[in-house]
Amino acid sequence: MTAHTAPPPAPPIGLLVELTHRCPLGCPYCSNPLALERPGAELDTETWKRVFGEAAALGALHVHLSGGEPTARRDIVELTSHASQSGLYTNLITSGIGVGEKLTGELAEAGLDHAQLSFQGADKETNDRLGHYSGSWERKRAFAGYVTTAGMPLTINAVIHRANLHQVGAFIELAVELGARRLEIAHTQYYGWALANRAALMPPRQEVERSIALVEEARARLKGELVIDMVIPDYYARYPKPCAGGWGRIAINVSPTGKALPCHAAETIPGLEFWNVRDHSLGDIWRLNPAFRAFRGTEWMLEPCRSCDRREVDWGGCRCQALALTGDARNADPACHKSPDHERIVATATAESESGREALRWRSYKQKVEA
Amino acid sequence: MEIDAQSRPRLPRGVKLKRDEVRERWTLLAPERIFEVDATAATVLELCDGERDLKAIVAELAERYNAPSAVIEKDVVAMLADLKAKRVLET
Repeated sequence: MTAHTAPPPAPPIGLLVELTHRCPLGCPYCSNPLALERPGAELDTETWKRVFGEAAALGALHVHLSGGEPTARRDIVELTSHASQSGLYTNLITSGIGVGEKLTGELAEAGLDHAQLSFQGADKETNDRLGHYSGSWERKRAFAGYVTTAGMPLTINAVIHRANLHQVGAFIELAVELGARRLEIAHTQYYGWALANRAALMPPRQEVERSIALVEEARARLKGELVIDMVIPDYYARYPKPCAGGWGRIAINVSPTGKALPCHAAETIPGLEFWNVRDHSLGDIWRLNPAFRAFRGTEWMLEPCRSCDRREVDWGGCRCQALALTGDARNADPACHKSPDHERIVATATAESESGREALRWRSYKQKVEA
Repeated sequence: MEIDAQSRPRLPRGVKLKRDEVRERWTLLAPERIFEVDATAATVLELCDGERDLKAIVAELAERYNAPSAVIEKDVVAMLADLKAKRVLET
């Protein structure tokens, strides 16, 4: 073996910051880890500001201010302002709860470029039940109005699963009614809370296909008025999604307490040591942290990925899903039809979609034991 | 909805033309999207300030590049129509 120096990785495009794990909602598909980070241990304002500056210098273009509910941070306006002044395109990913007209105006003033508002359902009853928060429907609708009145572009985000899949058409109408420029119809991805709730969330394949057809029809009808992005449920896909655009290739996530992660679920993979932005610059983390290098590129791949002609298209799919469903993070993501585990997970998805299970475990700080 | 001589194209709020110094290229930043634009397109977009109409933009470019207005107009309209369909340009 000859020692060689790897060329420095291409710079990241996006920085996703989970500013806090506090959130008024209790969505059962939340992408946050089951072990939510405590408010008392969150990074302070100055550290976040330094991180934004480092991200911009490193080459990041977008910053996604996320959570939890990012506006639960009292310094959200100051952080938005600093991120914007650092040259980053600022995107607020919010539930809309607790973001009144005054705060929305302050965020717009601070340079917020875009707001992404979640809806859990396309009517009051469904929305409030699935977000586990009574009265959120009215608050979300009001927030949408504050955003468009301030002249900011609005995206509506709808995470779709068995309990609301029948509302895809209604979500499209809602987005148009609220003046959104963009709608994300995101089929649930099964990590964290969603994995714990999979049996109650997994939709039947035929209904997924119907939802895709509906979106395609609406895309054609609303061309130039509404952009619709769709995330396909990958258990039923032919090829896996390139998770986070490829490990250590596009994006950096930072958790509320400052852990830098290649994707939001990366901590589920044992044996990886994640550096903290309190101790290391973002540039050093991107280039040198072994956790970011662990699955970067194609060297780590096993078959069938290693010789696959799509290895630099989907980058083997998702490492966390490979681990969760096959027991080895280096395996092909079983969402891929070439994976030897693919048939098994499709069978699992099909069985769960027909299980009739409805009980949901709501996201919360309390770690409940599954019954 | 057609782009004509009187159209005053502009980038809507939430869409930004940015010089990406790290990668040495021009980009158009939009919600969850990044469009790479070449230097010529960046020059056109810098003129899309909502004040100038298409006629003025084309005249300016024709002078700058010493090229016939008709050719420039055709290229500029095609480029702007494409960006408009992507909802990153208003007229």
